[in-house]
Amino acid sequence: METGQLVAALATGVHADRVLFQPHDVSPYECDGLTMFKAKPKVVVLPETRDEVCHVLRTCKALGVPVVARGAGTGLSGGALPHAEGVLLVMAKFNRILDVDADARIARVEPGVRNLAISEAVSDLNLYYAPDPSSQIACSIGGNIAENSGGVHCLKYGLTVHNVLSITIALDDGSVVTVGSDALDSAGYDLLALTIGSEGLLAVVLEVTVRLLPKPEEMRVVMAAFDDVTKAGDSVGNIIAAGIIPAGLEMMDGPAVAAVEDFVKAGYPLDAEALLLCEVDGTREEVADELARVESILKESGATMLRVAKNEDERLLFWKGRKSAFPAVGRISPDYYCMDGTIPRKHLSLVLKRMREMSERYDLRCANVFHAGDGNLHPLILFDANNPDEVKRAEDFGAEILELSVEVGGTITGEHGVGVEKINEMCVQFSSDELTQFHTVKAAFDPTGILNPGKAVPTLNRCAEFGKMHIHHGQMPHPELERF
Amino acid sequence: MSDFIATLCSQLAAKQPISVIGGNTKGFLGGRLIDEPLSMREHSGILSYEPTELVLTAKSGTTLAEIEQCLQDARQMLPFEPPRFGEQSTIGGVMATGLSGPRRMHLGSARDCVLGVRLINGLGQHLKFGGEVMKNVAGYDLSRLSVGAYGTLGILTEISVKVLPMPEIEQTQSLECSQAEALEILVRIGRHPYPISAAAWIKGALAVRLSGAASGVASAAAAIGGTSLPDSETFWAGLRDLSATEFHEAGRWLWRLSVAPTTPVSAIDAFCFDWAGGQRWVMTDPDDYSPFDIVSECGGHAICFAKDRSEGTGMQPLEPGILSLNQRIKDAMDPHGLINRGRLLGGTH
Repeated sequence: METGQLVAALATGVHADRVLFQPHDVSPYECDGLTMFKAKPKVVVLPETRDEVCHVLRTCKALGVPVVARGAGTGLSGGALPHAEGVLLVMAKFNRILDVDADARIARVEPGVRNLAISEAVSDLNLYYAPDPSSQIACSIGGNIAENSGGVHCLKYGLTVHNVLSITIALDDGSVVTVGSDALDSAGYDLLALTIGSEGLLAVVLEVTVRLLPKPEEMRVVMAAFDDVTKAGDSVGNIIAAGIIPAGLEMMDGPAVAAVEDFVKAGYPLDAEALLLCEVDGTREEVADELARVESILKESGATMLRVAKNEDERLLFWKGRKSAFPAVGRISPDYYCMDGTIPRKHLSLVLKRMREMSERYDLRCANVFHAGDGNLHPLILFDANNPDEVKRAEDFGAEILELSVEVGGTITGEHGVGVEKINEMCVQFSSDELTQFHTVKAAFDPTGILNPGKAVPTLNRCAEFGKMHIHHGQMPHPELERF
Repeated sequence: MSDFIATLCSQLAAKQPISVIGGNTKGFLGGRLIDEPLSMREHSGILSYEPTELVLTAKSGTTLAEIEQCLQDARQMLPFEPPRFGEQSTIGGVMATGLSGPRRMHLGSARDCVLGVRLINGLGQHLKFGGEVMKNVAGYDLSRLSVGAYGTLGILTEISVKVLPMPEIEQTQSLECSQAEALEILVRIGRHPYPISAAAWIKGALAVRLSGAASGVASAAAAIGGTSLPDSETFWAGLRDLSATEFHEAGRWLWRLSVAPTTPVSAIDAFCFDWAGGQRWVMTDPDDYSPFDIVSECGGHAICFAKDRSEGTGMQPLEPGILSLNQRIKDAMDPHGLINRGRLLGGTH
């Protein structure tokens, strides 16, 4: 397909200013938050109306051109990586909050609205939107739908799928349907659950209705240091065994603590092998009760230091450290590669031990931040992208961590999505029959496969090739290419 | 793979239709099965449960009673408080129907609590989706899709659910008021972070259940007002399992209407609501399907709970775009249309 021909077809239904195709205009869109993968889209469209989105889809379907939808481009798995032969549909201009119903505690928003902007808009009503991925200042709610984003509070408040009531979506043929409703459930199959987390392979999100929660009266956070990661891991189990579900429960290992403290000066103890942040929220009375219980459990679990943030400023400072873990690690290494496996928490010390061995074997440093409450582990592998051998080792190290996650009964991705990044590891987690089932479900929505092709679910051929090459681990050339 | 599962797989692979049931306690929901159903009860047993991981995995024929006993020993519970209409109720049947009890408004639905399933698709392939961890976004969420599908997308064989600690204490405040006043009160108190775990109106009174730490429950109860309801456990079980006398009226049909919780009382003539107004219960004369029209005007859906309904599925008719997607999903999971024929998508009335 000639670019000119595609642009002309798109221009019959989209304002010409919103169709970009010159190389210097499309370059800024060549990657999302996973910068290791880059591709220039043939055309970038920045639609402003539903009709324009539907026109793009109809046109691309008729011409057999791939369409990749993109929100804020903060994704960490390459889910919004453009297709070199396709259209990148940038939803940034769908950035209005359409309606807030304080009585019903719901908000209707367009997909390009930033996650944090929702909470900010309803803050005066004493409400907020619960899922809070670390990128919430920038990431869009449409992207959150695509990835089923979580955040540091999701053990208690759930993921995107638990906090969205309905979405209006455009299908591959440009038709528009609403799945879910303002009621708590809907007739027919649960298409809402299916669409959330589908990484842009089933539909394009046009509108989202989210559930809002009343802000907790009080939030308190306690910081606990441990001289041993196993003890820290056990303390998490002990808190839960005592019947407490904290609002947030985060862990960092020694290398992560060192990087963060140097950057943020959050008052983290530098001699800790593991640091735990545990937040409790609710009414004043509940918080006081729960905090006292958490403190005594942490003490009994062998914490070497305990500190409760004495005021709101200090609470935010404790969290700032954790939320700055990625940029902090970015300061001590030219590049880092963030993994996203989830494991049953009981295997934490085994997994950390095995990762230390890998770190030595690949000769690359690794810092760990961990959503300890729900078992979602974010190892940050430190490397230098200008050194091709280090890039290779970092990728192999990452792949081995993901395979280890599957081996202990977990998953390759807890919240960042498969995208292009973990597509080979999908072959490890799922059988060919399971992958085939995913493909047939995809075809039920998008029979010609124009929506975000090549992402999230590998072809069986790709797995066959990966499986073969996997034996010669560390020698696979150009792993980004689709095989056969 | 057990012989039982292997037989089901090979039967489907040979394109023979199969219908399955659990404890057959919810057979009155949905359409009547065309094929003689096979009970999943013998495919039973808890496969793994570790309280500190907050996850339980069981074979689909395991009874709810067995699972809840096991959880209770560790002072944990299924968060969505599943309704049960008989002692033989199984976890497979709970998930296939996707029904949730009063706690749904606070801790989420059956679908929300599912972490993973194994199922046999219409080709006789035994497949695993999701897993046993809280956060998992690898692949499409076919485990949550299968909740509420009445078994028509695949035969559920194993289910992993999120479990939660039981609250330290529970207390229910009862406030005498009209149904309309009850909705107004709920809007007002809903703006505060009180530990409300259920809210229902029946027999001229609003019942608000508070769950959590003793101090938090006490302060919220004082703020909400009303009187403390004695024997509240029986009260909530009566709403959950529809065993309260109000749900049974000779010669009348019971309907469940799922609507936006703030839907005005004037739109629906309900004798009871649960889920803070999101689930309303209505009685009609036999063969009166007007609830479908009533809810479609307020953007919800209705399910007929009458035991003597003999035709159709008793389920809200789907709008064309959604119906088409439903049919295509069914074709993707069960291309020859072999599983639970007649249960769903077979016309409404």
